[in-house]
Amino acid sequence: MDKYNYRRRKITDQIMRNLTAVATGCAVIPLIAIIGYVLTIGAGAMSWSFFTDVYQPPSNAVVSEITGEEPAYDPNDPFAGIADAPSEDPNAPVDPADNVYNAAPRGGVLHGILGTLMIAGIGLLLALPIGIFAGIYLSEYRDERYATIVRFCCDVLSGSPSIVAGVTIYVLVVLQTKQFSAFAGSIALAILMIPIVTRTTEEMLKLVPETMREAARGLGAPTWYSTFTVVLPAALPGIVTGVMLAFARGAGETAPLILTVLGSNIISTDIFKPMAALPLLTYRYTESPYPGENTQAWGAAFVLMMLVLIMNILVRVATRRTGGNSR
Amino acid sequence: MERAMTLTRGIGFGELVAQRAKTGQLAVATENKIEMQKFGFHYGSFKAVHDVTMVMPSNRVTAIIGPSGCGKSTLLRSINRMHDATTGARAEGQLRLDGSNVYDADVDSVLLRRRVGMVFQRPNPFQLSIFENVAYGLRVLGIRNRKTLAERVEQSLRRAALWDEVKDRLHSSYGTALSGGQQQRLCIARTIATNPEVILMDEPCSALDPIASLKIEDLIYDLREQFTIVIVTHNMQQAARVSDITAFMLMNREKHYGELVESGPTDKLFTAPTDKRTEDYISGQFG
Repeated sequence: MDKYNYRRRKITDQIMRNLTAVATGCAVIPLIAIIGYVLTIGAGAMSWSFFTDVYQPPSNAVVSEITGEEPAYDPNDPFAGIADAPSEDPNAPVDPADNVYNAAPRGGVLHGILGTLMIAGIGLLLALPIGIFAGIYLSEYRDERYATIVRFCCDVLSGSPSIVAGVTIYVLVVLQTKQFSAFAGSIALAILMIPIVTRTTEEMLKLVPETMREAARGLGAPTWYSTFTVVLPAALPGIVTGVMLAFARGAGETAPLILTVLGSNIISTDIFKPMAALPLLTYRYTESPYPGENTQAWGAAFVLMMLVLIMNILVRVATRRTGGNSR
Repeated sequence: MERAMTLTRGIGFGELVAQRAKTGQLAVATENKIEMQKFGFHYGSFKAVHDVTMVMPSNRVTAIIGPSGCGKSTLLRSINRMHDATTGARAEGQLRLDGSNVYDADVDSVLLRRRVGMVFQRPNPFQLSIFENVAYGLRVLGIRNRKTLAERVEQSLRRAALWDEVKDRLHSSYGTALSGGQQQRLCIARTIATNPEVILMDEPCSALDPIASLKIEDLIYDLREQFTIVIVTHNMQQAARVSDITAFMLMNREKHYGELVESGPTDKLFTAPTDKRTEDYISGQFG
């Protein structure tokens, strides 16, 4: 009766379908868990001042609560105020609210938001021309032997740990200039972004049908002209995705920034000086002994995620084109 | 279009051609625009076309017919060196345009393609507005004057019988948003905008429905007054309808390369072929 193994085929198909569905679920769970965790815990740090204020030492909170005075803000002395905390009777029971460790988180991460935008933005500006032109070369002017070497280097570079880029720039730039700087961080991030931009540009250009190039060639257009007027615009949505991936990668990197940007507690616009960045804040606040700052670490991570998301949406809206059915 | 419609109603090739000769107005005999002499084409070690010797007169439509894989597209594309970007592609023999070999080392293929335009099998408009599609070749030539561009675009669209259908949405509609037949006429307008001397057409109707095909055929028929046209088709009726000269190609079964069986005036080739293989093919006995 079961001449064509109908039942077996059907069961095998069912098993395979369920296996792939389970695997897909497993792949999505960490993503949802991370977003959910960052959202729920990071929400505790959210307040208006979190986006508009810079770093505030937690100790000042105690001082001002007890003395009723506005603390003297001194960015160079985060421990300002601790020694001033009055205590008439050392043996008196301490009100838990006066305990610096229980103080509600104060201050914000505006300096980190601006720093990340500047460092990753300048890194992207450095990486874009190199990456896109390299991608065009690989796709449009193929010289196969040279292209194979470049492609291999790109893949190795995009697979290598980011700290390698950090150490390299530390030695080549920071030690030479004897100065931690945001610009050194941008260079390190650009190194990480270039292979992503190059490879996406190449792959997206290769997806553009050959008939488009032929049409332009048949009209007597040189390769560079058809590339910039026909091929590149057709591949733009894909390339934008790659560029946003590169930006997200750069904005989220911590290790290279530790060795190059160092970090800062204030808003700095001098790119040749140390600067704050959201991943650096997240890293430092996680290590902090103050529970309030631990919460702010989640908050900073949340802001970083939102920053990348908003950038993504903005760029997509800006590059979206209307009409046309070839896409 | 009416003319072409009547021609399709089940009549033999002989009548078809005779009727066409009466309605069409052939210009006076002109010189040979393209001459091929022992022309062959290779892709690496594979020989696609072997030893073709024929002429294509100016201001005439030359059709290349033959079954799939006989090298007719390769031959067509070799006229404006579309294969230049393909690694391992090389030509042998002579292919002369106005008497000079296009495969001479000093011939610039970009400049050659400005003289020899091309329309492809599948309509391939750029993802630009209708206006910019037609203006593309003009911009390539460095024409920036807006008035000149607008004039040339209108003129080309009129010649391609597309103007009335698109004149209200030249800038607002994408070339890719048109119907298949309109897209192909747009591609023809794009090609004729730069005033090439020769237009190559690689099965321009194979992706279109019969009505759209007839419009294109009418267009081809009209365009030969200004251009030399070479068209590849595997539709014999189409070749009989639009062409003045027909070349029949066939794959050599032993050597596996395409070769020219015979070429000559279309009416003669379809009514009194000299080669048995041509006769078999046009009478539908194979291929």
